[in-house]
Order: sequence, then C-alpha cells, then structure tokens
Amino acid sequence: MVRAPSSGGLGDVASSDSSLRRFLFGLPGVDQVGAEARAAMLFTRSIKKGSKVWALEQAIRMIDLTTLEGQDTPGKVRALAAKARRPDPSDPTTPPVAAVCVYPDLVGVSVEALRGSGVHTASVATAFPSGRAALATKLVDVAEAIAAGADEIDMVIDRGAFLSGRLLEVHDEIVAVKQACGGRAHLKVILETGELSTLDNVRRASWLALLAGGDFIKTSTGKVSPAATPPVALVMLQAVRDFAAATGDVRGVKLAGGIRSAKDAVRYLVLVNEVAGERWLTPDTFRFGASSLLNDLLMQRTTQRTGAYSGPNYFTLD
Amino acid sequence: MAWEYAPAPESRNIARLRTSYGMFIDGAFTGGTGGSFKTVNPATEEVLAEVAEAGQADVDRAVAAARKAYDKVWAPMPAAERGKYLFRIARMVQERSRELAVLESLDNGKPIREARDVDVPLVAAHFFYYAGWADKLGYAGFGPDPRPLGVAGQVIPWNFPLLMAAWKLAPALAAGNTCVLKPAETTPLTALVLAEICQQAGLPPGVVNVLPGAGETGRAVVTHPGVDKVAFTGSTDVGKQIARSLAGTRTKCTLELGGKAANIVFDDAPLDQAVEGIVNGIFFNQGHVCCAGSRLLVQESIADELLDKLKGRLATLRLGDPLDKNTDIGAINSAEQLAKIRELSDIGDAEGATRWSPPCELPEHGYWFPPTLFTGVSQAHRIAREEIFGPVLSVLTFRTPDEAVEKANNTPYGLSAGVWTDKGSRILWMAQRLRAGVVWANTFNKFDPASPFGGFKESGFGREGGRQGLEAYLCAGDGRSGT
Repeated sequence: MVRAPSSGGLGDVASSDSSLRRFLFGLPGVDQVGAEARAAMLFTRSIKKGSKVWALEQAIRMIDLTTLEGQDTPGKVRALAAKARRPDPSDPTTPPVAAVCVYPDLVGVSVEALRGSGVHTASVATAFPSGRAALATKLVDVAEAIAAGADEIDMVIDRGAFLSGRLLEVHDEIVAVKQACGGRAHLKVILETGELSTLDNVRRASWLALLAGGDFIKTSTGKVSPAATPPVALVMLQAVRDFAAATGDVRGVKLAGGIRSAKDAVRYLVLVNEVAGERWLTPDTFRFGASSLLNDLLMQRTTQRTGAYSGPNYFTLD
Repeated sequence: MAWEYAPAPESRNIARLRTSYGMFIDGAFTGGTGGSFKTVNPATEEVLAEVAEAGQADVDRAVAAARKAYDKVWAPMPAAERGKYLFRIARMVQERSRELAVLESLDNGKPIREARDVDVPLVAAHFFYYAGWADKLGYAGFGPDPRPLGVAGQVIPWNFPLLMAAWKLAPALAAGNTCVLKPAETTPLTALVLAEICQQAGLPPGVVNVLPGAGETGRAVVTHPGVDKVAFTGSTDVGKQIARSLAGTRTKCTLELGGKAANIVFDDAPLDQAVEGIVNGIFFNQGHVCCAGSRLLVQESIADELLDKLKGRLATLRLGDPLDKNTDIGAINSAEQLAKIRELSDIGDAEGATRWSPPCELPEHGYWFPPTLFTGVSQAHRIAREEIFGPVLSVLTFRTPDEAVEKANNTPYGLSAGVWTDKGSRILWMAQRLRAGVVWANTFNKFDPASPFGGFKESGFGREGGRQGLEAYLCAGDGRSGT
C-alpha cells in the first residue's frame, strides 16, 4: 500500500499501525460537557444587520446543493443545477452555490448542466453511504465519477474498521482514494460522526483523514442521525485549525445533514469564525451539505434586503 | 475579508430605570435619613440614578420592622405558606428576567450575556430550590425541629449584586428568618427591584428590608444589637473587621471572603476545554469573582502548548459595550477597583513577571482593563498571593502532582480550585488534598443552588447553597433558644 506524502512536521506517523495509533491516541482528549458548553455559548452570538447579510450570502456560496435519493433522475439533477447557478431568479445579485452533489451515475448530467457556471460537481463515492464494499469496488466507483467529470469526491470512511481499531486500514483506504482522484478532484472524507459515538473518536478520525490527505473532513452522509451537531463541528474545526498550525496546510470542513435553517447556518459560521478562524470563512475551506437550507437562506436574504418577509411560495422548489 | 459582527445591543429601556430609588423598609419604599448617593454605569461613567442612603435611624427602623415581622408573622406562619411566597418570588424573577438582566448589566458593567444566561437564571433557581426546603427543614439534618434564628443582617458585594441577594435571602427566608439586606454602594439597583418583587408577591411587611448605603450603613447593620445573625460576602479585610466586632457577642456569623484559586492543568487534560475553563475561570465577570481561578498551575511539559492555545483564545474575546449581546468582557465595576487592578499589575511588572494582553481597544469612557496574563510568575510574587479581583491571570508551572497540591494550598485563602485531567482517579486524589471549599473537575465557575459553596482558611466560614446552606440560618431543635 502506498503511503501518503509526509505532512509538515508530523513525519511518518502513518508509517505503521502502531505509530498511527500512538499518535491518534496521544491527541488531547475532548471533554464532552465542556465541548457542548462552548458550542452552545457560541450559538448565542447575535448576528445582525450588515454582518447578517454578509453571512447569508457567504453561506449560499458555501452550499453543496445535494440530492442523494434512489429516485433521482437526470431531470431532477438538471433542475438542481439550474437552481445552483441562479438560486434566486428574481434577484440576479444572488451568488451561485459552491457545488451540486450527486451519485456517480448522475455526474455527467450535472457536469453538462453546470458547464461554464463555475459551480462544481461533487460526487459521493466509495459505496456511499455505508462504505461496505471491497476496496477495488470503491476505487472503480471513484474512477467512474472522475471520468464523468466530477470536481470533488465525497468518500465515506470504513467505520467498522475504525471502530475495531484497524486505523491504518482506514488511513490507507483514504490514501488510495486520494490517489484515484489523481489531482483532478478535491477529496472530502466523510467521517459519519453519528456512528463514531464519542468526540474523542471524532477528533481521532478527523486527524486520521487529514494525515491521509483529505482536502476536507465532512461530518455525515445525511443518512444517519445524528448528523452535524454543534459539538462535532467544534471538534472538527479544532482539528483543521491545529493541523494547519502543525503543518501550515489549510484543510476544510463540511457540515452535512440536519442544517435546515438560515439561523443555524449563521450560527455555524460563528463557530467557524471563532474556533478555526476567519481564514476558514470561504467556500474553499468550509461547506454546508444541504438541500432545503438554500431556500431559507434566500428567504432571509430577501427579508434583509427588502424589509419584508415574502414567504416560501416565492422561492423555487426543485 | 473580515467578518465584523454588527453591534447587537440590548435596549436599555428594558431596565425601566428610574431617576431615583428609595429604600425598602417594612413593606414600603421610603426616603431615608442618610442623604443620598449616585450610582453610575461603569461602562460610561454616566449617572444612572440617585439612591437613598440608609442612616442609623433607618437601620433601627428596618431591624425593628424585621423583628416585628419575625415575631408576629413569618416565624409562626406554617412553613408550607412560607414556601409559597418563595416560589412566587422565583416565578416573578423569571417573568422580569430581561429587565433584571439589563439593569444588572447597566449598574454593574457585566456583559448582558452573563447577566442573562448566568446571574438571573441562578437567582430564580436559588429561590425555587430553597422554596422547596421551607416545609422540609426537619429533614435537613439539623434535628427534628430546627428553628430560625430571628433577624438576619446581610451585607453583599458588587460583583453579583442580584445573585448574592438571592443567596442571602432565599435560605434565610425558607428557614423562617427575616432579613435586613445591604447591597453594595456601587450596585444597589437590582436588589431594590427584588424588593419590589417581594412587595408585589405580597410578602408580609418587614420580612425583607433593603437598605442601600456604603460601609457605614453596613457597619450599622452588622453591629446592630437587634440582629441575631450576620452574613457577609466581600473582602477578607472587612470580613475580619466584622468577625472582630462580633467576637464575644451572641450574634451568629458566616463570612464568604476572598480567594486566590488555583486552576490546575495536568498534561493529560482535555486541552481545548481546559483553555475554556481557564478563560471562564478568570475572565468571567471581568475576574470580579471571589472564587476566580486567578492562578493557573500548568504542568511544565505542556505549558508552552497550553499558553499558545490560551493566547489564541484570548485574542477572540470581545471587550466592549456590556449591553451588546456579543460582548464577552465588560467594564470594571468602579474607578477604585480599576486603580487596584492597575496597581497590582504594575507590581507584577516590577517583580519581573511578563505581562501579555491580546490586541484590544479599550473604550474612551468608563472603567476598563484588558484581559491580561502574567507568565514567569513564582509563588513569591504578590500577583500570585494577593487577590486582584480583575481580569488578570498569573501563570505558574509544576512538575508533579505533589508539587501542584503544595503550590495550590500555599495561600491564605481556600475558596475554590480546579483540576483538569482525563484521569478520574487523579481528580479524586487531588480533591482529597486541596484545601478549598469547592473543587471543580474539568470545569470551572459552575454554580448550582443544590451545591454548597464556601471557604477554608481566610476565605471565610459557613456554607451557602444546598442543604448545608440552611445551617447558617437555623438552630438545631435541641431546646435552646435561637434568639
């Protein structure tokens, strides 16, 4: 198995199972009560006026507009792509979203529909959402998505291997997927934090994914509850902050699942701002994986702009 | 690209500020014989209101009213009825919580976020908690039929004006005593609104009396011959004076005084949460907290890493308008206190410690001091021994658990301590050895009405909160008279 290129000052922590284990278990623990309290405090920040408008627009730019259903069709994906390019047809100043996120077989449709817009196509891969397939199958999954033109790959880690302590196996799988991306696509590593059960595990899995070369660490598939939660976001943001401090390498965080209101999106941006730092408040380093969130952001943005709340019928359902 | 949060100020109209406030004696608001004084907003130095000052004659009148209420109404009343009044006060505090929070922030200088999320909810919780005890005193562990002491004279500080009033009044009233309460001269307003709540709750006249004033008024209250029990929270110096003045009298006394708490961080601590705990320990309420974690004891092997993280965190603290909902650090309560903080910090410089503050713009008017930490501090430095009562942290290191205990205990105070480690057995080992009334494990400045709070050594004696908090206001039902 190929090793990841050694990152900054971290040397060869992934050179063997035991050194990887020593490193991940040597990270400071996370006190759940304290982490929850800190996240809850940051959620009380009151974002008003100009700072709110800025946050709403930035949140729109950070969205991976997502459809991951068995019933998805090319028509549905084209509709979503149209929405991604021009989220609010009545207001041309509305920025486009960051990406459209689909299953691999629909990547081609999305790429075609988004051509020239600057909006990326992200594809889930590696036997999403469970990750229960042979590595070779997962790599074919990734290769097909890339061949169809995906700019971003959202992979899932093998939670079974992680929980049973086969850390190097999880690491090497991420390295292999990163290689399959071949420098053409950004890699987001889904930790599925709802299955990791402790914040200590979230921290270890975050570092594991960063060490293995993930460009983003992502909370969830959206298929497992709980998905993104404030304390989980806090711990993942601390991980990218500390990773950047240790290596100089700035990686991103994507929160997916369960974030539906503009209010929550703004609160999470406060978390990004005050935990990781202002540096992370861009679509290159922070994303929301969402579908219904977009319309609430648009509605709140219009309310801020016009002073009147127009209601859901004025925004498209796609 | 900077994301500046727009100002999000709470409206000061919510405080329903009046131009003048009287004192509360025998169920009515009245003027007094002691003239009046002004209370200012420490964030702007603007005068908030004129407040009547209680003189000796007012103290006499209040103590007489409290005595009469004790003899005729409050002590004879069925305990369950007393409890109902306390429940009613608790609910009314909740109903007026926003008004109380804004008023507290205006008068004290603390951030509205803290007044709103900590002070006022704890005030209501305290009344609810002791309301429940009122008819269960026989099960509190002080004999089958414990009895009240009589009239309690209570003097409280300016750091948590309303919360300290609640800590004093709730257990005293639940136990069947009546009260003469003196709030601090820089922060009298919320205690007077609490008096109004007592009035509106229909509390019988004389059961609670509130006498604004300064040191003279306080002295008149605690040395009054009609007072059976003195409870004081404040500085160790004044506490010692009170103890001296009461020595040899029959008046019972509890004191909750200063502190110089150690916040001890071991190398296996959850570091990010420890950083939060350190910040909460010393910068909560601008460090105007008697149990503040003003000495950080950090294990040498992680000192640099922890300090880096801590400095990064301090740079995110938002200092400014206390009424802004996003403010983390408010104003120093008074010019006098600011002078004291400056003086001790200058001594820290002179003694060779290294001062550090994040880049931080201080408002032009009002009393302000930036969040500050001193490194290179040793046990011999005055900033490691004396209570600064401000946003100033002294950082010391240790190598072994024994050394941590030794340094933590090497102080005349003993109010609180914090221990940060992932190892449960070490928490218990430390807690057994730390000479402090409260030991927090992987948290700091956490309060609950069910948990007793109080000091060792020169941090005072007696406990407030919990079942133990009733003891200060009861005499065991063993046949001896309480008065």
